[in-house]
Amino acid sequence: MSLDRALPRLAPKATPGMVLTLLAVLALIAMVGFMTVGANGRWSFVLPFRGAKLAGMVLVAYAVAVSTVLFQTVTNNRILTPSIMGFDALYVLIQTLLVFHLGSLRVTEIDPRLMFLGEVVAMVLFSGLLYRWLFSGEGRSLHLLLLVGVVIGILFRSITSFLQRVIDPNEFAVLQDRLFASFNIADTDLLLVSAGMIGGVSLVGWRIFHTFDVLALGRDAAIGLGVDHKKAVTLILVIVAILVSVSTALVGPVTFFGLLVASLAYQVMPSSRHKHILPAATLIAILCIVGGQVVLERVLALNASLSIVIEFVGGLVFLTLLLRGVVR
Amino acid sequence: MIELKSVSKQYGDTLVVDGVDLTLPKGGVTSIIGPNGAGKSTLLSMMSRLLPMSTGWIGIDGLDVTKTRGDVLARRLSILRQDNHMTARLTVRDLVAFGRYPYTKDRPTGEDKVHVDRALGFLDLQPLADRFLDELSGGQRQRAFVAMVLCQDTDYALFDEPLNNLDMRHAAGMMRLLRRAADHFNKTIVLVLHDINFASCYSDHIVAMKAGKVAFQGAPDAVMQASVLTEIFNTDMAIHEIAGRKIAVFY
Repeated sequence: MSLDRALPRLAPKATPGMVLTLLAVLALIAMVGFMTVGANGRWSFVLPFRGAKLAGMVLVAYAVAVSTVLFQTVTNNRILTPSIMGFDALYVLIQTLLVFHLGSLRVTEIDPRLMFLGEVVAMVLFSGLLYRWLFSGEGRSLHLLLLVGVVIGILFRSITSFLQRVIDPNEFAVLQDRLFASFNIADTDLLLVSAGMIGGVSLVGWRIFHTFDVLALGRDAAIGLGVDHKKAVTLILVIVAILVSVSTALVGPVTFFGLLVASLAYQVMPSSRHKHILPAATLIAILCIVGGQVVLERVLALNASLSIVIEFVGGLVFLTLLLRGVVR
Repeated sequence: MIELKSVSKQYGDTLVVDGVDLTLPKGGVTSIIGPNGAGKSTLLSMMSRLLPMSTGWIGIDGLDVTKTRGDVLARRLSILRQDNHMTARLTVRDLVAFGRYPYTKDRPTGEDKVHVDRALGFLDLQPLADRFLDELSGGQRQRAFVAMVLCQDTDYALFDEPLNNLDMRHAAGMMRLLRRAADHFNKTIVLVLHDINFASCYSDHIVAMKAGKVAFQGAPDAVMQASVLTEIFNTDMAIHEIAGRKIAVFY
């Protein structure tokens, strides 16, 4: 990887275990900080309140990190992520369609759990169709994939902006509020549903864990080594679809976050084995969201949205990767 | 034994492999030669189930390649393609160790290490064992991939132009190694080769393809005839016998 060579490796002599431990300690500090810094109330209130938010952030961090790394493994590249392939645009479209057809009042009345399930199902179906078509073939070019993703994203965004133009201004205000990514999740019901789904797909993933490293060698090598490539890729894409859906439905669209944490994980880990990269990416994601939230809200006392900062940094990483020519 | 029965591959209207019937005996080194676009690599890819056939049947020791479980086949047949680009950042040793995946999945055993070290030794790779693949030259990388295939230790090993990027010393070394694998370890080696002189010197059997069909096959002595090769490659060739080996001169 040209990026690996271009940037000095952060830990030239460190073993994967050492890096993971360091990341875990940092993530733990961030989590403890989030639970305690600036708490001026009764602990019996502060801890459960912040605990639920923290649990939400950890879930999202895990879902985004794992889904991005696995997606990059099955597509054999380090630059495409599910979000870049138009996932977030679909989420926005679904929200807009709902408000457009039902009206904001009715939409806010829908049971959020039901809504959540509906969104997840829609996105899994969409990604199932698209990705299956794109990746089951005999190795399509990365540029075609990128192009298809961008075009589909534009299509969704165009439909969305058309609908938003013809919508009632009041409805639009409600809609806009729903569309900003926010890591302040308060709904514990949703958290339980999400945790259940993420746990379920993680179990499935655990059972085929040994295929991940082999799949990273590319389709031909994986088949040569006896992996049922089509089956494994389909299964992983479903896992990815569910993870991304859950995280998008929980916090809204974050396009470049996955890319950011996956790239950082590959950068700091001296090994590209999944047993090292997956935990590293998850810990980095936790560090970014939780640590970022602490610094932004508590220390700097800013009301700026963390998602904007993350998107900004992630976007810069994306551009850097493109400019350094990781896409070949 | 590798059997192919009326195997065809079609891309749109183009017939790349056209009803090939072929039986490759067990044991020995078989080379597939032919001009560009003759369908050699496509045929090899279909034999190793990397590419689905349009029509036909391929069996490895009677096992249908399209129906047999992937991991069963992976313990019987290995394949090396021409182009081996990968995103994962691996050391040579890591890569070679993947050859043991069909046997032990993700739980390497002591025996695996023996296999890995032996494969590294066969290809002179011990000094490079802990280097990353992206730090190697094309030829060194090619040898690392061949080591992975040898480490897979299958009865049948298929190579698509294994001499790519290799200098003379390593090309000859590679062919001697494959010869040894066939003679001493009873492996069946199938190669796609561009250099017909390598095919002549190291094969037991040569299959010549042209325009998607098997044009000629037989022992090197039978194939290495000026009339046969001129016909297959559409180029004037002269055959000389040097030190008991038939060498084609076409320069």
